[in-house]
Amino acid sequence: MRYFPITDKERTEMLEKIGVSSVKDLFKPVPSELMLDEELDLPEAKSEMEIIKHMEELGMENLASEMPSFQGGGIYRHYCPSLVDQLLLRSEFYTSYTPYQPEVSQGTLQTIFEFQTMISNLFGMPVSNASMYDGATAAAEAVLMALKIARKKKKVFLAATMHPHYIETIKTYVEFFADSVELLEMDDKTGKVKESELARIDDQAACVLFQYPNYFGVIEDVHALANAARDKKALVIPVIAEVTSLGILTTPGDIGADIAVGEGQALGMPMHFGGPGLGLFTCSDKLVRKMPGRLVGQTVDRNGNSCYVLTLAAREQHIKREKATSNICTNQGLMATSAAMYLATMGKSGLKKVAMMNLKRAEYLKKKIVEDTACKIRFDGPTYNEFTITVPGSAKDVLEEMRAEGVICGIPALRYFDGMDDALIVNTTEMHEYDDLDSYVEILGRVTGGAK
Amino acid sequence: MSYPGITDLKLKEETLFERSRPGRIGYSLPKDDTENVEDVLPEELVRKDLDLPELSEVDVVRHYTRLSTYNFSIDHGFYPLGSCTMKYNPKINEVIARMSSFSNLHPEAPLEDAQGTLRMMYEMQEMLSEIGGFAATTLNPSAGAQGEYVGLGIIRNYFKKRGETQRKKIIIPDSAHGTNPASSALNGFEVIVMKSNEKGKVCVDRLKEILNDEVAGIMLTNPNTLGVFESDILEITKAVHDAGALVYGDGANMNAILGVARPGDMGIDVLHYNLHKTFSTPHGGGGPGAGPVGVCEKLVKFLPDPFVAMKDGQYTFVNSDSSMGRIRSFYGNVGVTLRAYVYLLELGKEHIGKVGENAVLNANYIKACLKDHFNIQYDEDTLHEVVFDDSRLPNHVTTMDLAKALIDRGYHPPTVYFPIIVHGAIMIEPTETESKETLDSFAEAMIDIAKKAQTDPESILNAPLKTAISRPDETIAARKPILKYCPESD
Repeated sequence: MRYFPITDKERTEMLEKIGVSSVKDLFKPVPSELMLDEELDLPEAKSEMEIIKHMEELGMENLASEMPSFQGGGIYRHYCPSLVDQLLLRSEFYTSYTPYQPEVSQGTLQTIFEFQTMISNLFGMPVSNASMYDGATAAAEAVLMALKIARKKKKVFLAATMHPHYIETIKTYVEFFADSVELLEMDDKTGKVKESELARIDDQAACVLFQYPNYFGVIEDVHALANAARDKKALVIPVIAEVTSLGILTTPGDIGADIAVGEGQALGMPMHFGGPGLGLFTCSDKLVRKMPGRLVGQTVDRNGNSCYVLTLAAREQHIKREKATSNICTNQGLMATSAAMYLATMGKSGLKKVAMMNLKRAEYLKKKIVEDTACKIRFDGPTYNEFTITVPGSAKDVLEEMRAEGVICGIPALRYFDGMDDALIVNTTEMHEYDDLDSYVEILGRVTGGAK
Repeated sequence: MSYPGITDLKLKEETLFERSRPGRIGYSLPKDDTENVEDVLPEELVRKDLDLPELSEVDVVRHYTRLSTYNFSIDHGFYPLGSCTMKYNPKINEVIARMSSFSNLHPEAPLEDAQGTLRMMYEMQEMLSEIGGFAATTLNPSAGAQGEYVGLGIIRNYFKKRGETQRKKIIIPDSAHGTNPASSALNGFEVIVMKSNEKGKVCVDRLKEILNDEVAGIMLTNPNTLGVFESDILEITKAVHDAGALVYGDGANMNAILGVARPGDMGIDVLHYNLHKTFSTPHGGGGPGAGPVGVCEKLVKFLPDPFVAMKDGQYTFVNSDSSMGRIRSFYGNVGVTLRAYVYLLELGKEHIGKVGENAVLNANYIKACLKDHFNIQYDEDTLHEVVFDDSRLPNHVTTMDLAKALIDRGYHPPTVYFPIIVHGAIMIEPTETESKETLDSFAEAMIDIAKKAQTDPESILNAPLKTAISRPDETIAARKPILKYCPESD
């Protein structure tokens, strides 16, 4: 076995030095009735060639990985410059541990410090941490943080237009800490939170969370939502599930967010069936000591050289144990590294350009769908790279019929929202060429009863 | 002595922001006729400016290549961090994880078009259940700490269903990882810290005194953080079960017994694995990890949603009415699960038991090499790791000094000052992937440092000398935190 370097001869020498006659003797503390006396029921060992063949066969059953897809809903397919994966393959990044020993971890520490800087600038927020697991857990941790800050105010308000997984995750996490989780309902015409719902936010509200663009692709009236929360002294927590949108959209900082979170997978990471992605977590300066997760700070070494260390550890589980701000330990360090490389490469002009390409393609696709098919744009609110259409009949059927033509046309809203049988959520990114969009519309027109 | 640590060429590297020059670009995008964002979106939704660096492709590549040389990694050499299981990360794992048939799969894809990944996940659930002796395993948790959160959530929901909501306490030995109490608190549990006995183990009598109908469970790491196997495990789990409570297993130290013994057979009801420890997936400088959770039969229905099942010859997702709910978006860190799957395929049933055996052999060999030079506070038989203390270090040389002196000799330091029940703890876990000559030269380095501490303490107190920086001031960092680059921060 190539991962076990100890030879039989060495084993004998080592056992002699230890003073036992066999490896089994080393397991003497384990009660004998617990020692396995037969092989586990696992597959037989495979060679490298056999593994590759097996995985290629399995991969062939992932037909969707080869099909043109218009699905978003929290995970997006974007262009990623080649240099990112080439650099990520440097062992120094991917086979190192959490940077507890700063002298031999300055590569990771400076990378994360720069990541914090770029995410902080992207969000327009003073501070970013070193990452959370994903957008949903970042949102859940934001709510827990808000509940701790708000002390006696124990109501949590969530826009019903947020990603359903985020809402469910928040509900799981706050069970013991919130009195209630209230959903601010959607306006069927605009696809945004209903204006009248804002009046429901009361002085028991610890925080208000809303996602923009929301799950249906619509950009909420973010200033109105933030103002409504602020009026009741609730913390304003925007959620960004498609973070390339911040190449052009107004920032959480601009709308006066106290905490802002998001999913960073769109920054050039592969989709990988939904994970690993990248939880993003930012907040205002005054809340930094309540923040969950790791933070890298700049300092000097004993010779006065500028350098970086993990800092404000007094918030964390290994110091504070049950009083820690969170239980998070291992986060998504390599994905943060990947996002930093992506942002450094795209830079000031590239990210804006990508965002514009997304916006324009979505506008083009919306227009063509209205012009050339019997489908309608469901909501009149503004959108970024994702929008919802109303199809004649059932969106599930449309998905099936278009799948038969080799295209995955979107996410039927019915998957998460009862009664929305005819709603299909469609995403397009810079990875689609205009020809792809034309052919999408052509097939959509055909399966939904022909062109108008 | 000939240690791997010699000096090497390091190049100075500024921050990205200092490298930035107005007008440089590092990307290559298709031509796109320009259009103003304001033509599409109302002004109040448009951002004013975007402060990101401007760099060429060469700038970015040099930047990260240089930064990478400031890191030590498992591919450089020995990384004996106790409790972290820094084993070699096989290269084939990375190749498979980058196959587009897996990496380019959208999580909302029709399930019939995602059968390859679903089958991998299903088989992974099955294999992990077999390895741990459990009825079922969920792949959802994103890392070990989230695994703990899930395991305790399952316990909480189990008692809720039984109407035993008075069970609000979790017993945790004082040798446990900090995540254990933090995860308990996150589930609304009150933590009872149980003192370890003079052997560093759980005292069964003390445990029995604490157990009552307000206790929901105990969190056990076995072998514990001293590397000591809780030999009374069957008595411990029986006592807990007799009191109506459940046993949570922290699988951080699973490498010691992989393929040798099973937590489920010990009476452990729920356990999290760390795929980024025991199952060879890379740590990535701090993640991503994955923390699958195995459970006994009576807890299966409380697992988080969703779960991969086989129905009519097709793999699909199922939810449970009694589930603790959803704990993240989608289905866990699937790309990490995939790497661990490849590792298990390579190990197979023939080699899996050799992991635990070789890991324990290596740890006991290091212990044998060093026990005449360093004190062991709890001198018990140990399995995959060994914890020395600082009591024999002379001239005010501390555990941290020893750690820094190891860096100069070309080794990553062990875990230091943990577990907290050992003064100046030096916790060494070599794993099964290290060779005898590596262990020999590491042991020589440790002994050399102990001798230098006697004869030339200054040389140890000044370490490390071969690194670009030495002993950063952590107090300043925390007092006036600088958490992002600003031009005036230099």
